[in-house]
Amino acid sequence: MNIVVCVKYVPDAQAERTFDSSDNTTDRANVDGLLSELDEYAVEEALQIVEAGEGEVTVLTVGPASAADAIKKSLQMGAHRGVHVDDDAIHGSDAIATSLVLAEAIKKIGADNPVDLVVTGMASTDGAMGVVPTMLAERLGLPAVTLASELEVDGGSATIRRDGDTSTQSITATLPALVSVTDQINEPRYPSFKGIMAAKKKPVEHWSLADLGVDASQVGLDAAWTRVETFTARPPRSQGEIVNDEGDGGQKLAAFLGEHKFV
Amino acid sequence: MPPIVLYLYVNVKYAPQAQRHEFEDTMFELSQDHEDLRALVRDFAEREVAPNIAKWDAAAYFPTDLVPKMGDLGLFGLVVPEELGGTAGEGGSDFTSLCVAIEELGRVDQSIGITLSAGVGLGINPILTYGNDEQKQRFLPDLVAGRALAGFGLTEPDGGSDAAASRTRATLEGDEWVINGSKAFITNSGTEITSVVTVTARTGTNADGSPQLSAILIPAGTPGLTVEPAYHKLGWHVSDTHGLSFDNCRVPAANLLGEPGQGFKQFLKTLDDGRIAISALALGCARACLELATDHAKTRVAFGRPIGANQGVSFQLADVEVMVEASRALTYKAAWLKDEHQAGRRSVGEVKQAAAVAKLYSTEAAVAATRIATQVFGGNGFMEEYPVARFYRDAKILEIGEGTSEIQRMVIARGLGLPA
Repeated sequence: MNIVVCVKYVPDAQAERTFDSSDNTTDRANVDGLLSELDEYAVEEALQIVEAGEGEVTVLTVGPASAADAIKKSLQMGAHRGVHVDDDAIHGSDAIATSLVLAEAIKKIGADNPVDLVVTGMASTDGAMGVVPTMLAERLGLPAVTLASELEVDGGSATIRRDGDTSTQSITATLPALVSVTDQINEPRYPSFKGIMAAKKKPVEHWSLADLGVDASQVGLDAAWTRVETFTARPPRSQGEIVNDEGDGGQKLAAFLGEHKFV
Repeated sequence: MPPIVLYLYVNVKYAPQAQRHEFEDTMFELSQDHEDLRALVRDFAEREVAPNIAKWDAAAYFPTDLVPKMGDLGLFGLVVPEELGGTAGEGGSDFTSLCVAIEELGRVDQSIGITLSAGVGLGINPILTYGNDEQKQRFLPDLVAGRALAGFGLTEPDGGSDAAASRTRATLEGDEWVINGSKAFITNSGTEITSVVTVTARTGTNADGSPQLSAILIPAGTPGLTVEPAYHKLGWHVSDTHGLSFDNCRVPAANLLGEPGQGFKQFLKTLDDGRIAISALALGCARACLELATDHAKTRVAFGRPIGANQGVSFQLADVEVMVEASRALTYKAAWLKDEHQAGRRSVGEVKQAAAVAKLYSTEAAVAATRIATQVFGGNGFMEEYPVARFYRDAKILEIGEGTSEIQRMVIARGLGLPA
């Protein structure tokens, strides 16, 4: 089983995240980043599949030099090798361009050893659009089974459980396929010290757009179908209203809730 | 994140005369491996410990399930060789890395930090250092994996700092040791997964009349061993601490750990390592206080501005920053010396002195840092909802355990060549 997991290096959600005022893209330079927590589930799921049988997990990321940390963490968890696509021209790319770069990279990864399964998180924790998995499947011509909270790979097919609001669905796709997973699917492992040591010896390939045969004009801010025109910081939260209970606290509370249309 | 590089140019005046290196340049740094381990332990502590710790602390609950998770991370095996399940010698797997792990756990909670520190330093280390192959094979794999914990029974109710004045006796009857006496304040000795306690006991008298001490392995559940109810402690509520009593407790003669009569020497060495680990724990405590109090001083508004705008507050936090930096430098210098000693490049005297210096400074700094942090939080700092209150309670024992501040000053003064 040859599995590719797409991972993203994102600004730490615990930190103060902002936009870069020069071009209104996400500020990645002035904030600590990490492997998107939603992608940890994808890495974990891929590892469980190969550990139960056999195969190799390749983690793929598109991002600046610092994104190497997302690959490193995945390798520490147990992935076998990494591919890092880094090219200045990619800066500011939208989901459409990102999916193009990922698709070309996956084709290149599969050139010698065909890819059986592509696993992604359900969305990134920064952009949070959740559209890249389906765009990627479209570009690769793969069946996409998304938002899996359970995944079983058996011979030539992948079966997922998808929990909807009104029903639970079981969906099967023939391999090769793309699966996106939710944060309900597993409990991602922590790396171990042994994993940290082992990761240092694992191969990581660095590819540019030229290596993928992607023209710089197809990606980046200028090629983006959408862009952030302006941004305004949310005003700081104002102090709450303190209601003193003088025997009519309940009424005042009800009046407050009614007045603000909470009830 | 670039590795933190500590360049320390020291005129080593503290080392005993014999080991003094005048105007010697000492440089040490934490490697990328150490920093990777730090990131791992920090993430683990913030996700697995931080959300639960207030609840555990209030209930004085020992989270048994957390121990195998720490084992999975490899934290108990950092100083243990590969054949026994550890990683020692691999990359940055050394005593320094253990200190990094203790510091990061201690930054989130001191009880969890001491559980690791004691688990390795007092539980694993004596068996690893002095045990024979059979003893190592019997106990270490489970201890390294976090499936079991071990305690070290040294302190006695009437003993304390005067550790040689042991009243617990072990007499050889046939092929069994018969142990009678009691021990006090023994960490990790009464958990559900405690497998063994190493106990020091009088096994005879030396020619000069001083007691001959030996260390004996007493497996949990041995008849005659009573684990007393957990202590009600000021702090370290989540750490497992019990008194132990021995009433004709019998174990095979083969349970002797190391050489007979060498118990005193053996535990002194154990304590030297432990002091560096406690210094790392104290560093974690001071860092937590610095981070918590600085955040609070930036956001808490009084009289129309953040309280950190007042020098009465900001200068105190500046002092804590100095304490943290000094504590970090002393801790990792001592840890580095210990690793260098292990590699045969530094003398035991240098380690002993550096350990005492680090332990004394870092623990007293940690107590001061908790006092300042609690004050910065005002009334809230006295409330258990705020972690600084827990750190305030937890810090005091740092100045007492593994050698009181007074004992450290004694050791340091002797290291200066002053008459004992």
